[in-house]
Amino acid sequence: MMQSTTAPKLVKQLGHRYEGIAKVTGKAKYAAEFSEPFPKSDLVYAYLVQSTIASGTIQSIDRSAADKAPGVLSILTPFNAPKLNPGPPQPPARRNLSLLQDFNVSYSGQPIALVVAKSLNEARAAASLLKVKYMPKAPQLDIKQRVAEARWPKNPGKEPAGNHRGDVAAGFAKSAVILENTYTTPIQHHNPMEPHATIAWWEGDKLTVYDSTQYITGVKTSLAKTLNVPVDYIHVINPVVGGGFGSKGSMWSHVPLCALAAKTTGKPVKLVLDREQMFGPVGARPSTINRIKLGASSDGKLLAMQHDVVMNASVMEDFVEHAEGPTKNLYNSETNSVTAKIVEVNLGISTFMRAPGEASGTAVLEIAMDELAEKLKMDPVQLRLANYAETDPSHDRPWTDKHLRDCYQKAGERFGWSKRSPMPRTISEGNAWIGYGMATATYPANRSAAQAVVRLLPAGRMFVGSGTQDLGTGTYTIMAQQAAAGLGLDPNNVEVKLGDSALPKAPVSGGSQSSASVLPAIDDATTQLKLKLVDLAIADAASPLHGLKSLDIEVRNGNLVNLNNASQADSLIDLIARNGNKPVEANGSAEPSNSKESMSSTSWGAVFVEVAVDKTTHMVKVRRVVATYDIGTLLNRKTGLNQLMGGVVWGVSFALHEDSKVDPVYGRIANESLAEYHVPVNADIGTIDVTVLDIPDLKFNPVGSRGIGEIGITGTAAAVANAIYNATGKRIREYPITPDKIMLA
Amino acid sequence: MKTFAYERATSPGSAVQSASSRGAKFLAGGTNLVDLMKYKVEEPPKLVDINHLDLAQVAKAQDGGVRIGALVRNSDLADHALIKTDYPLLSQALLSGASPQLRNMATTGGNVLQRTRCYYFTDVAFPSCNKRVPGSGCAAIKGYNRIHAILGQTDHGAASGETCIATHPSDMCVAMAALGATLEVEGPKGKRTIPFADFHKLPGKTPWIETSLGTGELITNISLPVAKFARNSHYLKIRDRNSYAFALLSVAAGLEMDGGTVRSAGLALGGVALKPWRQLDAEKALAGKQAGQETFQQAAEILLHGASGYEHNTFKIEMAKQAVVRALTLASQGRPEGASA
Repeated sequence: MMQSTTAPKLVKQLGHRYEGIAKVTGKAKYAAEFSEPFPKSDLVYAYLVQSTIASGTIQSIDRSAADKAPGVLSILTPFNAPKLNPGPPQPPARRNLSLLQDFNVSYSGQPIALVVAKSLNEARAAASLLKVKYMPKAPQLDIKQRVAEARWPKNPGKEPAGNHRGDVAAGFAKSAVILENTYTTPIQHHNPMEPHATIAWWEGDKLTVYDSTQYITGVKTSLAKTLNVPVDYIHVINPVVGGGFGSKGSMWSHVPLCALAAKTTGKPVKLVLDREQMFGPVGARPSTINRIKLGASSDGKLLAMQHDVVMNASVMEDFVEHAEGPTKNLYNSETNSVTAKIVEVNLGISTFMRAPGEASGTAVLEIAMDELAEKLKMDPVQLRLANYAETDPSHDRPWTDKHLRDCYQKAGERFGWSKRSPMPRTISEGNAWIGYGMATATYPANRSAAQAVVRLLPAGRMFVGSGTQDLGTGTYTIMAQQAAAGLGLDPNNVEVKLGDSALPKAPVSGGSQSSASVLPAIDDATTQLKLKLVDLAIADAASPLHGLKSLDIEVRNGNLVNLNNASQADSLIDLIARNGNKPVEANGSAEPSNSKESMSSTSWGAVFVEVAVDKTTHMVKVRRVVATYDIGTLLNRKTGLNQLMGGVVWGVSFALHEDSKVDPVYGRIANESLAEYHVPVNADIGTIDVTVLDIPDLKFNPVGSRGIGEIGITGTAAAVANAIYNATGKRIREYPITPDKIMLA
Repeated sequence: MKTFAYERATSPGSAVQSASSRGAKFLAGGTNLVDLMKYKVEEPPKLVDINHLDLAQVAKAQDGGVRIGALVRNSDLADHALIKTDYPLLSQALLSGASPQLRNMATTGGNVLQRTRCYYFTDVAFPSCNKRVPGSGCAAIKGYNRIHAILGQTDHGAASGETCIATHPSDMCVAMAALGATLEVEGPKGKRTIPFADFHKLPGKTPWIETSLGTGELITNISLPVAKFARNSHYLKIRDRNSYAFALLSVAAGLEMDGGTVRSAGLALGGVALKPWRQLDAEKALAGKQAGQETFQQAAEILLHGASGYEHNTFKIEMAKQAVVRALTLASQGRPEGASA
């Protein structure tokens, strides 16, 4: 059954970021900054020790010097660590953790010991005194030479690793134009500003954890399973997160290790990963090698699309970056065939990162589309319009909503696309070539079950809570708005609590689903709250609404009002005051609608980019990005556009900068610091003009909003690559696009 | 970080005395040394803090040049009126380095002494680095060597105790080399001066010996000769992002022009060798010639003579030639600020 499509509640937007002032004044506390409720002097420090070989076994660890080092309290190694539950932890991903349970080494950087000392410096110093003896094996590190060995993944994740529609061979046979090339994307590491950090302490059998995570409930259930502790004994707290980008979507090894150290020492233990430790034990986006073949009729109709991806996966665990995903449904094509296969390597586990699948997928497919347009002598926008998917071609079902045409048009006009020359090297300015490029952005709209609690407080104030997370993206802000809208209150009067596993459950803040999941739960909670308040008023002899039927009462601007006689009203402030200022509470929940099976929900966008490429240095400056998105309702202008803009910056980063370089002999990430692992700095980013259509998608959920967490990165990388081609006539099919690649092309 | 003794010096003499014990290091801005201590690449038993010495002036020298105190911060030096007017090449090089925060801390003397960014040097988990562990070999040879040297390196294979293909990361030093700077040092045996070109050592057979400084010797000042290139100079830096990135390669070009003719030239390359790469033959080839593509190309060929690359950095040879021609062209046009390059 389809969900109702009545207009959503009028939501008044907060003009500022809810927790913004706390953050800029230093009052917001991140996971590693807590020193309560235990005495601060009790807090001790753990330092993670990592393997320096990529494959083999640990033969011995000589700890004699480390044991005697000043301040050392405990050293956990595979030789003395308590035996843990070997079973896989809970979703969202079954992660194969390194918890000192055996002597195997599967990648360089794998946790192999934990040193706990009275100070961080003492822990680090002692860690360097551990003498580890290995029996090394030759590691497997390369995938380019081993593409032929690629196999189907055992654990493909959210979708199958292969998908075929129609006879692609026949499609190619009748194509007038065929484009076939290989495109690659590199390994990337998430690198949020705030590193992974955990503080753990036990009170008897009960464990409390401050942990920088995108999923408090996931940490709670995963810890319970791993440590064999009843789930109700575990409390996870995480009020603010300094970015996650997917690496904090799963619980990694350091979290249970920190809890173990707290158990062993009987103290609260803090474990913060070094920046270098962010390159391995907490996930990465795998590299992909994409063979893409497109066939089209002479008027640009796609007749066949084939996309075969091979990527690296850790020997420890399969993970699929579904780069082939967009090729299935971004455009209409008579026939379609995609596969995703993996090659095992001795590297850390791959995981979700900034638009998993779609970021890599659009980065490669959208270059191929640009090349096809050139071969067809068609404008790249026209080629996309010629193959516009009115319904979801991969599932053969309708979209809940789609206004991508308007995105192309609006962004194209704002950008001035009509001024583009189809010939590369046409516009020169100073010593630089100027080029224009575009691409389509897409990310599926996800939604999961969520719960929330709301309370009407005295004096017209309100409380809303949900066990979700705010990654710095605006969850607090939109929760306040949604709660306030339920009773027609001012969102400035709402107190928000999240990031605490004692609150009602919410899903992982990943897959762009938090707002789409949590807001409907708040909407439901405020509906329940309204009913309770109405009942209270009806039963209250002092209320002007006393004795009315509940169906006749609605809530308007903080008042309960008789629908049939607007002058008969009771203010919520008075109602609560008359009832001894006792807060009234209600819980709510929401689940994805049944339409999930009958319709597809996806966000869309069009990205246009102008670059300048220096003729001598081959350095690229992204001068302008103009993007328009169809993301349903824009929940908050400031945080929403800001988030989309951030996504665009990550797209530029994907195009030009990020690249984790694996040493071909030792399997270590060579450039494991923010000085050498490049992300854009201010000087790399020109103007970013982001707009949204703001058309509610009420078939998707009652607030009409599809998530915006990831779509900004999609399409942007290819738009940059295509603009570089338009500027220089050089087609780079290997990300990132660095000056040497442009010079040598 | 290993525990270390800390002493604060009150005069260059006392600093030299404090630092004469084995392994002691001077601490100035600390932007490189402290990082390397955290990485356990540097484990000095003693740090001698020289930040309070009276070495933070930039002054006109008697010979008409300029004398720069070793403790002048990079940002102050870049912004100093004398430097901006007479040595814009140096100002430009300084501002292209690091980030504002780092430039606010980093000192002139410390910049000269910063150590290579070779991954195999800075990560102690790699077993081979002849700089870090003399005789252990060079992991960069078979490793990821995109940022490595194409000139002046020693390569007897990965296993050799002499092999080193690291580069010097400084931008400032490239300009200093082109400008013909001189270092003043004070040590246990007194004061002496060292021409900039002689200060940094190529790896030779001893890649772990990086400079000609002796034990306890302190850089006190750097002098620049009378400005010849104030009107015609350019620092061109090629990097993977537009700020806060080390040079893939860089060029410091200074020309003394007589109409359309080059009277004399200062030319150095960064990011290609373990020291700023300067060849007097290349500068001589420019002197007396008409400024132009052909002349500049010739100088580039001489400067890059003998260059050889590795799996990931061979591109630097051609890129450097193009960059030299471009930097000389911009210098000859009298556009020291040359923002478009």
